[in-house]
Amino acid sequence: MTDVHVPDGFINAPVSLAAGAVAVAGVAVALRGARRELDDRTAPLAGLVAAFVFAAQMLNFPVASGTSGHLLGGALAAILVGPYTGVLCVAVVLLVQALLFADGGLTALGVNITVMGLVTVLVGYGVFRGLLRVLPRTRASVAGASFAAAVVSVPGSALVFTAIYAVGGTTEVPLGKVAAAMVGVHVLIGVGEALITAVTVSSVLAVRPDLVYGARGLVRQLELRTTPPTESASASGASA
Amino acid sequence: MGAGHAHALYLPGSSPVHRLPPQCKLVAVLGFVLLVVATPRERVWAFAGFALLLAAVALVARVPLATVARRVVIEVPFVAFAFLMPFFATGEKVAVLGLRLSEDGLWGAWNILAKGTLGVVASILLAATTEPRALLLGIERLRMPQLITQIATFMLRYGDVVAAELGRMKVARAARGFEARDLRATVVLARSVGALFLRSYERGERVHLAMLSRGYDGRMPLLHDVGATGAQWASAAALPLTAALVAAAAWMAP
Repeated sequence: MTDVHVPDGFINAPVSLAAGAVAVAGVAVALRGARRELDDRTAPLAGLVAAFVFAAQMLNFPVASGTSGHLLGGALAAILVGPYTGVLCVAVVLLVQALLFADGGLTALGVNITVMGLVTVLVGYGVFRGLLRVLPRTRASVAGASFAAAVVSVPGSALVFTAIYAVGGTTEVPLGKVAAAMVGVHVLIGVGEALITAVTVSSVLAVRPDLVYGARGLVRQLELRTTPPTESASASGASA
Repeated sequence: MGAGHAHALYLPGSSPVHRLPPQCKLVAVLGFVLLVVATPRERVWAFAGFALLLAAVALVARVPLATVARRVVIEVPFVAFAFLMPFFATGEKVAVLGLRLSEDGLWGAWNILAKGTLGVVASILLAATTEPRALLLGIERLRMPQLITQIATFMLRYGDVVAAELGRMKVARAARGFEARDLRATVVLARSVGALFLRSYERGERVHLAMLSRGYDGRMPLLHDVGATGAQWASAAALPLTAALVAAAAWMAP
């Protein structure tokens, strides 16, 4: 149900190419940003996070009676590793899925990266940072902001897809109805996505707060406390 | 790459299609799919022509049609959408089997089915005849920034490792009596996702240190060159060129 890997022929050729140009520009910006942040750690870290997003997408969660959805992971990746690396990871996942698994058309790769990578990350991360600016600096508000970010990012990406379809769709369909249906369905899916995103972020925050990019400087870092060794402590330490 | 990489789509072989350099095949498939997408949907015979071309490639590559058919299932969500189109699309209505369906919607459904299926089959043939690592070398040859192909390489290398960790967590959850029944289960699943992220990220840090200790300086050493000769480009071009003839005929036909 949530699988919105657009195949070939769904969007016409000119709009597919235009979306491809948008995706290339977006990924180029992300590449520069990620390299600035991660330096020579970019390849292994972004690669492992991409593998994580890929694996996390396999996890099905129950949405309503009988149906299940799976994670898109755009907002989650953006909050955990930052918007630049997040875009890069989701784009690479989509590229590999299209090339190696025939999942999503090659000509639709630009549309897929724009809708599922750029839009989810931009909307998700934008909402997240915006909320954190006004909320108190606690773990609960980081979790709340993650929830809001993910819940908005999924219907947001559905809406952008509908807009792309309106410009380059190959069939005339009543757009108002389609947009309403797309957003309605994706709000439901978004709630599942948001729940997973919020709990994931807060559980990472509890263990390794330094690894939640979006909450850097907001939540007090874990600190290493040392007490200067006393005479007797160092003696017992030596004997132990 | 290590052992145990089950890449469902790659079928080892030594057919002429297997032996073509990856970048030639990538360009050929992309050109082919673009031509398919740009062909007017009313020219039904043109799509039959495209399908024949792909069948010929599958024959030369010795890829069993059953394998291709099994994988086409990935299209199913969009096929469902295609079947809804005749009912929702606007425009002239026609009567089919007593149902009033939109003519434009019928064409739209056909359009998605035909072009989507041709695209999926072309991608399947590409992935079935090209090793995953070679595909990444191919896109690097086509000026894809090396950092992207490096990330993709790491994703491929560790995808199975990370997925196996997720699998072990699933076993651990099941051993403790967990069953995903309703929305409350997501909290448990999300904790697993959080743990999976930490394990993946920390593995990334270790991989980076291991690379540094082996002299990594931001570039990956090129172990085997995948340069292409003019003859190889020419034989790969056979597919898009024939497809271009079909597409041109479709455009010109009255």
